[in-house]
Amino acid sequence: MNPTSLAEQAAQELQRQEQLKLRLFLCYSTPCVAAGAEPVKTALEELLAKQDLAADLEIVATGCMGPCSRGPLLRIKNADGEEQTFEKVTPEQAKEILLHSIANQPVETTALPADLPFFVRQTRIVLSNSGEIDPEKIEHGIARGSYSALAHVLHEMSAEEVCAEIKQSGLRGRGGGGYPTGLKWNLVRKSPAERKYVVANGDEGDPGAYMDRTIMESDPHRVLEGMAIAGYAVGAEQGYIYVRGEYPLAAARLVKAIKAAERRGLLGSRVLGSNFNFRIDLRIGAGAFVCGEETALMTSIMGRRGQPVPRPPYPAQSGLWGYPTLINNVESYANIAPIMQQGADWFAGFGTEKSKGTKVFALCGEVVNSGLIEVPMGISLRDIVFEIGGGLPDGGKFKAAQTGGPSGGCIPAEHLDTPVDYESLKELGSIMGSGGLIVMNESSCMPDVAKFFMGFCMEESCGKCVPCRVGTVEMYELLTRITDGSAMLNDLETLEQLCRLVQETSLCGLGMTAPNPVLNTLHYYRDEYLAHIQENNCPAGVCQLDQIPLLKLPEHAAELAVFKEEH
Amino acid sequence: MTAPTAPSTKINDDTGHDLKFQLIDKALKKCQFQQDALIEVLHTAQETFGHLDEEILDYVSLQLKLPPSWVYGVATFYNFFTLDPQGEHVCVVCLGTACYVKGAGEIVTRLEEEFSIKAGATTEDGNLSLLTARCLGNCSLAPMLTLDGEVHGKQTAESVIAALKAKTTQKAALEEEKV
Repeated sequence: MNPTSLAEQAAQELQRQEQLKLRLFLCYSTPCVAAGAEPVKTALEELLAKQDLAADLEIVATGCMGPCSRGPLLRIKNADGEEQTFEKVTPEQAKEILLHSIANQPVETTALPADLPFFVRQTRIVLSNSGEIDPEKIEHGIARGSYSALAHVLHEMSAEEVCAEIKQSGLRGRGGGGYPTGLKWNLVRKSPAERKYVVANGDEGDPGAYMDRTIMESDPHRVLEGMAIAGYAVGAEQGYIYVRGEYPLAAARLVKAIKAAERRGLLGSRVLGSNFNFRIDLRIGAGAFVCGEETALMTSIMGRRGQPVPRPPYPAQSGLWGYPTLINNVESYANIAPIMQQGADWFAGFGTEKSKGTKVFALCGEVVNSGLIEVPMGISLRDIVFEIGGGLPDGGKFKAAQTGGPSGGCIPAEHLDTPVDYESLKELGSIMGSGGLIVMNESSCMPDVAKFFMGFCMEESCGKCVPCRVGTVEMYELLTRITDGSAMLNDLETLEQLCRLVQETSLCGLGMTAPNPVLNTLHYYRDEYLAHIQENNCPAGVCQLDQIPLLKLPEHAAELAVFKEEH
Repeated sequence: MTAPTAPSTKINDDTGHDLKFQLIDKALKKCQFQQDALIEVLHTAQETFGHLDEEILDYVSLQLKLPPSWVYGVATFYNFFTLDPQGEHVCVVCLGTACYVKGAGEIVTRLEEEFSIKAGATTEDGNLSLLTARCLGNCSLAPMLTLDGEVHGKQTAESVIAALKAKTTQKAALEEEKV
């Protein structure tokens, strides 16, 4: 395939779609399938076969549409381009919607209002195809411009120009660190080596985050295209996508997408009629959070225990098998094609001065509209939680928004108006992270939440360096004491000291950031910790507090069961 | 040196033991016996056998010419690989942040009481394995869990127990029919 035939195929597919009277988009991503999208699809297909309508309409099983808590979602689009979205669709409702729309009658089922803040407040760049295409059909993607950016880059730009464009766009790593992507690309491009590698980090281990999964499941070609452009820019011929073992559907769709792209000459040798060769292989993780750390991920790709190695040397100088390796998050790669298509200046028009573009968040927890959202950087947390998310259910009171998973922190109500960007979140003691955003109400106990995250880090610590291996266990013990009532005030001091120690001396990001949730909640919710220790009271009513401090044992000796029996 | 073949101690019964080793061989050939492909080979072995016992690990280490300690080290490092056989039914409760905030911890405690096993263990009759996971990426369905690979969202302790009981009794009923 060459650029001309790519454009032809896109036009052909678009024409086919325009001739259809009605297109039904059924969200077929995991949450909607779990909510019952499968019987809806079967019902629609049966009706289609029975009524002999297959020539006039099409059922598209799409990727994620966003408002996952309202699934199964069905969107219809008629020949005039009018759209309606329906929530919580049953097979009966779906049939009714189809029959009435095809007969041009008003549909009885009430559609979601078109001006729902959940939809209108979003800016979809990364997710522009998500929910619009069948991720398993490459033609759908091509009709919406997939691989056209790659064609443009391969035939009209030099590697230097591509790196410069990315640098100018101001794109920063979407995995959480926020390192400028253009700089990283340039480093790898300038590293002299006979072989280089491109790696996509899809090991999204943060609990409460599923952006990367959705991107890979809903629009796999976007990621592949971004990786191929990266390969061209840095001079690599081999790419790896590392997908979490917990995401079998994402892996299956990527395999299918890679095959489809290779068959059409969009990947493989002589991509799109140019001299550029690029192969992508999939690597499936086996359940280790630490593999999200770049050096650990690379050791895992090489088939070893996923333990990090000290940096420098950075992967850009010496990565996979000692060769320069470009490693970016899946979401970063998904941003590449739109930047190359529409220009760096267009992209830089979104967001704030230092954080450009948009960010995908997985909004969940105690919020009415939970789901996947993409918002411009710099939007306030209040807008995300109360406008897009629709506030808390059952009149709940907002207590905290947790970002950044076990490396992040809780943002309290008084900071709701903070703009969401890399620097502002860091100032608040949290991080952007990969994009999990969990809303908590008054029934969440902060020391308990901190203990939860510490338990996570303790289990996921790889055991290579002592501060992390031993420190997380000790911190977990201290937090357990606070939440079971056996802590003394000096334990709080020990905890804080230990946090700083682990932060400063750990080998990799896991250990360095593991104390963040503790330090952050200690900063904003210290009175809650004190209530646990001094008043033996859990304000949220979560902790049992049925133990007593060891030092206080003598005072309570009379109450102990053993002594009671004796006397 | 001739390439080592599958261990001769194989139990050649109707469980398809031989066939399963052939699947591992296929995976080994596909990766051209490259040592870097260890994790992929273990994935295949875990899928076909349901667990990785000493025999399987030794076989893989011989075939890939890796020290057994290396293979064992990798197999124990990753959560996906288990050295013990799993139960007939596997229930994985997600303990990600969103699920935890929505009360998944309570569900686990109730399940532990109901089936008198600890999370991570299998019941004595080998009927049920109760596992926990750190986020399965379906946070909008919190609290969620998977039952034999099927996703169940917005669960309560009662609904899970009912679903599990249905699964286990279903099997008992089938066995009765057979008799």
